[in-house]
Amino acid sequence: MIRLEKRPSPSRFWAGITPILAVIATMIVGGVMFWFLGKDPLEAIRTIFWDPLFHETFGPYSRPQLLVKAAPLILIAIGLSLGFRAGIWNIGAEGQYIVGAICGAGMGLAFYPTESVLIFPAMVLAGAFGGWAWAMIPGILKTKFGTNEILVSLMLVYVAESWLASVSQGLLRNPDGMGFPGSRNFKDFPAAHNAEIFANSGMHWGVVTAFIAVIFAYVLLSRHMLGFQVRLTGEAPRAARFAGVNPTRLVLFCLGISGALAGMAGMFEATGPASQISIDFNSGYGFTAIIVAFLGRLNPIGILLAGLLMALTYIGGELAQLMLGLPAAAIQMFQGMLLFFLLAMDVLSNYRIRLTRKEATT
Amino acid sequence: MNLDQINPILLIASLMVAATPILLAAIGEAVVEKAGVLNLGVEGMMITGAVVGFAIGVNSGSPVLGFVAAAIAGAALSMLFGFLVLYLLSNQVATGLGLTLFGLGLSSLIGKPYEGMKVPTLAKWDIPLLSDIPVLGPILFNHDPMVYVSLGLVAVVWYVQKSTRAGLILRAVGENHDAAHALGYKVIRVRLMAIAFGGACAGLGGAYVSLVRVPQWVEGMTAGAGWIALAIVVFASWRPWRVLLGAYLFGGITVLQLNLQAAGVAIPVEYLSMSPYIITILVLVVISTRGKHGAPGSLGRIFHASH
Repeated sequence: MIRLEKRPSPSRFWAGITPILAVIATMIVGGVMFWFLGKDPLEAIRTIFWDPLFHETFGPYSRPQLLVKAAPLILIAIGLSLGFRAGIWNIGAEGQYIVGAICGAGMGLAFYPTESVLIFPAMVLAGAFGGWAWAMIPGILKTKFGTNEILVSLMLVYVAESWLASVSQGLLRNPDGMGFPGSRNFKDFPAAHNAEIFANSGMHWGVVTAFIAVIFAYVLLSRHMLGFQVRLTGEAPRAARFAGVNPTRLVLFCLGISGALAGMAGMFEATGPASQISIDFNSGYGFTAIIVAFLGRLNPIGILLAGLLMALTYIGGELAQLMLGLPAAAIQMFQGMLLFFLLAMDVLSNYRIRLTRKEATT
Repeated sequence: MNLDQINPILLIASLMVAATPILLAAIGEAVVEKAGVLNLGVEGMMITGAVVGFAIGVNSGSPVLGFVAAAIAGAALSMLFGFLVLYLLSNQVATGLGLTLFGLGLSSLIGKPYEGMKVPTLAKWDIPLLSDIPVLGPILFNHDPMVYVSLGLVAVVWYVQKSTRAGLILRAVGENHDAAHALGYKVIRVRLMAIAFGGACAGLGGAYVSLVRVPQWVEGMTAGAGWIALAIVVFASWRPWRVLLGAYLFGGITVLQLNLQAAGVAIPVEYLSMSPYIITILVLVVISTRGKHGAPGSLGRIFHASH
């Protein structure tokens, strides 16, 4: 009989190795799924994980895309991971991402066609503010009234999507766009365009910000009092209360920072890779970032790697769609499966598995 | 703007149809949460139920078979969640979210070939005599069978929880799993059954959207109904009849805003379509100001019997 015995503290070895095991398990089960869809499993796996990086024709195009896709995922996941560590569940990053994009882009478009170096920084601030404000709604409702932040933040995603549809057809619509929905293209507005810093590198300001966020989160968690309080609240809530952690402040901090980061991610995306506000410029990064946060073990360095890996599955998925006719949804399922395997394997780091003979007294 | 177009009788009758998917999902989730498990995967199970029900409905030509298949699919998906949460002791919030993401992907994968197809839908029951009663007749006695099934489910859940031994055990497991375990109840088994029931109900709710309410398959068509069902469980303080009230209230708002859109009210469409979500938030706030209100004691906690 198999029995689980709780470890006094999670095993560092298993915590490190389980994400890799989960990726391998996902590849195997995903391969079987591709086989059922009538594709060669090995070729599908190679197309998703290998070709985007090393294929001679696709590689040069795909490698910069890796940074472009990973940046928003990492930015959002870093913010989410702080809250998740403390048991504060911000599920509505997608909404904060959208509102950040609307505010940031709106700030830039308000100055069209002024050319000034101050416009872009102002847009970044506006984006961060938009995401922060959107996340403060569940934050304040939770701290004032005890409302469940999971449900409120999620409901606000749908509200944000409706708002996005409204502004892209109204307030922010391109006046020269002959009535088509969608804002002005930021490529035609250099002062507000989140362009690549080096040509064809994929490196835009969002990527830089993502790297800064990783370092910031790392220092915060390992060196700063607030980071200690976040960790303490997650690992021992009772001890945290006795140690005088202010729960209200912590909730507002975690939700605020994740909202601000998601808002910035949205702003960078809308003014850079997407290059306009349109009804469907958002592509679910806010939800995928949840997987990234867990895959990275809620650890900043882990999230950096997990973000790159998840970006790879996006690009590889597109490539597989093109080359093998694999349905787009297959990759979404693939990502969901990854999270499942990861959560399932967590048991190895939190518990010891003991094989015992069947006893009558259990 | 022409508000005269809105017929109150039709409005109430269509309210019941609009509320049924959420009611089905919410009553299932209420039972799951009563057993102390928080399954945030309702949306994923609903959408999977919607696509499976639609696919089987199209292929077999029978909506009834579609509903049965949807219930099985929802339950099967929920067992994945149950296995992870109960046996591998994973975090319930994260696993539920994973289930939703997985279900959304799975459903669009299955549903791709079915886009734009037509499906045989459930015929309305025209209950003789009763449906001829003025006002009440068209409102209450002229619906498809699933509306009555959902109402029946609420009654059954209420009766089982209130007056049977099984209901008592379910509540004991949800209130304090350690005490229930010490008394010799099979905590894991009870929870697994509750989760399967919740999954089947969510599957039925999803199939109602794709087979009756719309009836078509569109990717992501449940549009957050599963999340609203979760909110309604909180609103209802985990009580079956209040789940009914919450679902119908929400159905009312949905139908009203659709009618206002059709009547051409001066409010932009986008603001009307966000209104159900905003009202859900407001209701949650009002409910939570009353403080703790009967949430099961062990809700969301991991059960690990050391002996």
